[in-house]
Amino acid sequence: MADDLFKALADPTRRTILDELAEQSGQTLFEICGRLSMKHQLGISRQGVSQHLAVLEAAGLVETRREGRYKFHDLNTAPLRHIAERWPVPDTSGPEESTS
Amino acid sequence: MKIHLTSIFVDDQAKAEHFYTEVLGFVKKHDVPVGEKDRWLTVVSPDEPGGTELLLEPAGHPAVKPYRDTLVADGIPLAQFAVDDVRAEYERLRALGVVFTQEPVEMGPVTTAVFDDTCGNLIQIATKPE
Repeated sequence: MADDLFKALADPTRRTILDELAEQSGQTLFEICGRLSMKHQLGISRQGVSQHLAVLEAAGLVETRREGRYKFHDLNTAPLRHIAERWPVPDTSGPEESTS
Repeated sequence: MKIHLTSIFVDDQAKAEHFYTEVLGFVKKHDVPVGEKDRWLTVVSPDEPGGTELLLEPAGHPAVKPYRDTLVADGIPLAQFAVDDVRAEYERLRALGVVFTQEPVEMGPVTTAVFDDTCGNLIQIATKPE
């Protein structure tokens, strides 16, 4: 797993795409492009956004589905679990205040 | 130079006439028979009867289908219309059964939404704050 996942997360534009899909899952390419340019002032071509989406899809972080004539992109955070499995996060409610 | 008329391909002119007038609320301006079954069919905004006309053009040319199908799959609208309140218009149109591929989203200075015109195209509506 790992390499594709970390490569996908390494790019700030791709992290922004994931942020926007986290806010609203099920977006068309047009909506993702609109959010990047209008909300984040990221002037990337549609082809560029498509390529970013392809990297995210290869890492399993984005899934696409066709609904009728439209194609939507959904966020899938499941692959991120591999990171926590490799470097487990301590299961404490208040890490700052450990009373021993 | 100014934009007097712009056009959009429609699968079926009778269906398009219904959707663009009865559902969206445009007003028919010209309706002239052309050839065997086609019409020169244009609509205008009721707010601007002398404004830009939208030609609802038959989509019979073989180039039209692959062109539009590819754009629709990616959610790319073929026309943009201004509305006073995208959210209100979204609720009104959805109640009439219109399918949206993008619900209203605030994108910086504008709020936009995208719907299917049932004639083969996606249409974007947008509200700019005054």
